[in-house]
Amino acid sequence: MSTLITWLRDPNPASRLQSKLGQSYLSWLRLRRNPLAMIGLTISLALVLMALFAPLLAPHDPIAQELSRRLLPPGTAGNWLGTDDFGRDILSRIIFGSRITLYIVLLVILTAPVVGLIIGTIAGYFGGWTDEILMRITDIFLAFPKLILALALVAVLGPGMENAVLAIALTSWPPYARVARAETLTVRNSDYIAAVKLQGAGAARVIWGHVMPMCLPSVIIRVTLDMAGVILTAAGLGFLGLGVQPPLPEWGLMISAGRKFLFEQWWVATMPGLAIFIVSLGFNLLGDGLRDVLDPRSTSK
Amino acid sequence: MTLLSVKNLRVTFDTEAGLVEAVRGVSFSLGRERLGIVGESGSGKTMTGRSVLRLIRPPGKITADQMEFDGIDLMRASEKQMRALRGPRIAMVMQDPKYSLNPVMKVGAQLMEGLRQRDRVSKAEARSKAIAALEAVQIRDPERVLEAYPHELSGGMGQRVMIAMMLIPNPDLLIADEPTSALDVTVQAEVLSILDNLVKTRGMGLIFISHDLRLVARFCDRVLVMYKGRVVEELAAKDLLHAKHPYTQGLLNCLPRIGGSRDPLPSLDRNAAWAN
Amino acid sequence: MALIEIDNLSVTFTAQGRQVRAVQNVSLNVNAQESFGLVGESGSGKSTILRAICGLAPISGGSIRINGKAIATPRGKAFSRQVQMVFQDPYASLHPRHTIDRTLSEPLAIHGLPGTDQRITKALTDVGLPTNFRFRYPHQLSGGQRQRVAIARALMLEPEILLLDEPTSALDASVQAETLNLLSRLRAERGLTFLMVSHDLAVIDHMCDRILVMQHGRAVEELSRDALAHAEMKTDYARSLFAASADRMLEG
Repeated sequence: MSTLITWLRDPNPASRLQSKLGQSYLSWLRLRRNPLAMIGLTISLALVLMALFAPLLAPHDPIAQELSRRLLPPGTAGNWLGTDDFGRDILSRIIFGSRITLYIVLLVILTAPVVGLIIGTIAGYFGGWTDEILMRITDIFLAFPKLILALALVAVLGPGMENAVLAIALTSWPPYARVARAETLTVRNSDYIAAVKLQGAGAARVIWGHVMPMCLPSVIIRVTLDMAGVILTAAGLGFLGLGVQPPLPEWGLMISAGRKFLFEQWWVATMPGLAIFIVSLGFNLLGDGLRDVLDPRSTSK
Repeated sequence: MTLLSVKNLRVTFDTEAGLVEAVRGVSFSLGRERLGIVGESGSGKTMTGRSVLRLIRPPGKITADQMEFDGIDLMRASEKQMRALRGPRIAMVMQDPKYSLNPVMKVGAQLMEGLRQRDRVSKAEARSKAIAALEAVQIRDPERVLEAYPHELSGGMGQRVMIAMMLIPNPDLLIADEPTSALDVTVQAEVLSILDNLVKTRGMGLIFISHDLRLVARFCDRVLVMYKGRVVEELAAKDLLHAKHPYTQGLLNCLPRIGGSRDPLPSLDRNAAWAN
Repeated sequence: MALIEIDNLSVTFTAQGRQVRAVQNVSLNVNAQESFGLVGESGSGKSTILRAICGLAPISGGSIRINGKAIATPRGKAFSRQVQMVFQDPYASLHPRHTIDRTLSEPLAIHGLPGTDQRITKALTDVGLPTNFRFRYPHQLSGGQRQRVAIARALMLEPEILLLDEPTSALDASVQAETLNLLSRLRAERGLTFLMVSHDLAVIDHMCDRILVMQHGRAVEELSRDALAHAEMKTDYARSLFAASADRMLEG
């Protein structure tokens, strides 16, 4: 183990891989010093593990109904978080619901920031008409409240998880474009960009190889902070019945279904609500910690 | 009469890559005279200056066997006591007025701020003191400068405003950290002569931190040469050409001169033993 | 015929509706294998001239010719094999997320030149850096080392002309000496032509054969190195610049 650490800390790396891994190791050490960030990381990892091993972790089938065991309170033997109005085990539904949450989050992360990054860097780098047109398109999408656009899409395409994801992604990319554009505007006047242009590099090479790597930290931080928002929006759509459809155990849908029993059998809505809260908090803490690690410390002499 | 006495000052930073020692056992004393601290980047000269004012934040740590200013123990003083010292008794002028003057406040407001808040002086009196301070740094149209924003002033003017601001409360000790490095060469001479005049007439102690050995030698009474956190030589400014330590000699000789030869400049052969 | 011919060059920037005339009607010629210095204080326009040559500043008047031919707009790949630049701030001229290896191999990749490995090792050795620095990142190097990498990068395409924008202003005195020595050696070995900008008259005197003094965007006086050494300036500004610089020298 210590030979690995020595290898990572080698001041004269012998290959690009060793160099990159060495820097990542140092960033990891920096992150580790931040207790809140570690809490965030733990929660995020727990979510991923829960989603991966759901069938092994859940004590019951999340969809199986057992009407004789309706609305049992938390602490009941066999149903640690209680049951809902169809007798389904809430704990199992939350565990399986993490898969849906993670699926939605991943789909959005893989689309919205990527589109935003591309549009933002192109707009920022070229300026002029390209910038104007792309930014006005961005403004149009920014102007749509997420739920209204989701309603519109659902009206056209019908409700369902994929359409919910599409709606969320379509309204999430503009902030990334703005962030990427702002970074690009700062970066494009740097000497290192001037140097590579002077070597004869074309716009594509400059944007892809030189500008985008500088925008990545801001975008990554934004992604972790946005994840909480994505989960909440998906939950909101589920709550409105526009996203994931029953009997799937999506957390927002569970809150909606539990609305009727909020005063007597509070656990039906509150447990999934707590799950959303904890996961959102986890991503926020992680995002904050990442900001301290990824922020330009390269300006230090 | 010793104004400032520092013994065995150490400044360390606890980073994730390990312990970094910026200052490693620096000792000096200062009366009402001018002391120059010279070194290259990484020598610890700026950290030494900031330590006197206890302006180093965690993860940096200051330790010293003794750090005393006019009888006050700077190591044991509370933050409140330090705040009372910073400004009225010990002032600091930094390199670039672009970064040390508040860009969204008018110059006059910044000059009068300390007077009005700390000394509770009336607005009219604060204004006249501010004008007097600007005249002391040879600014010919102080009323215009009072109404200007920092970005509307040239570098030399901004630095003079900075000096004026620091000298309003009449401190006993001024720490100047590269005060002329960001200025054009013709302006540097002007600002230095103003500083020279003020320090002489007010009888202040001055710590002049710079990377420019020749400049410091012309301006100060004594010079401390620092290398990698330690003092390698301490000498009177007039004895500079007879410096004994090879690092000091190297620093003196490696600069090009107008009319000098075209041969390769003598470069410093760094010896690891100097760091001890 | 001079290698670089700048004729009545003017550079005007438009910012927020206002026009800033950074360079006004400056002419100069640089002969092949000569070292020419541009000296002046901040705002004199000296760096702007270099940027105008590279296409980084808009030319509003006059012309620039290299080897008798007008330079192409946009500059193009042929230009980059003739002219390269070393920038002032070693902390800003290397991409912070690229290893030295990537920085040095990029010009080769852009022009499709073979033999990357040997060229990189040779480039590092030529500028006096150990070859095991190859995969370091810029923040793992000192200022002087970064500037050496910047010089190595500029020489990867084997240009004839090297533009130097205050290459040692941001460096410590002892590191400056080493860097200037390196530049002189490389120039002698490769027969390069230098157009160097500095605010430091002593540096320009050490490195350059002929000097142009600039102020507020205009050319004030052109001097030979001998004239500078003997303080034979004709204009008041050049004299005051000399006095302020020489004043900082200790007697002896």
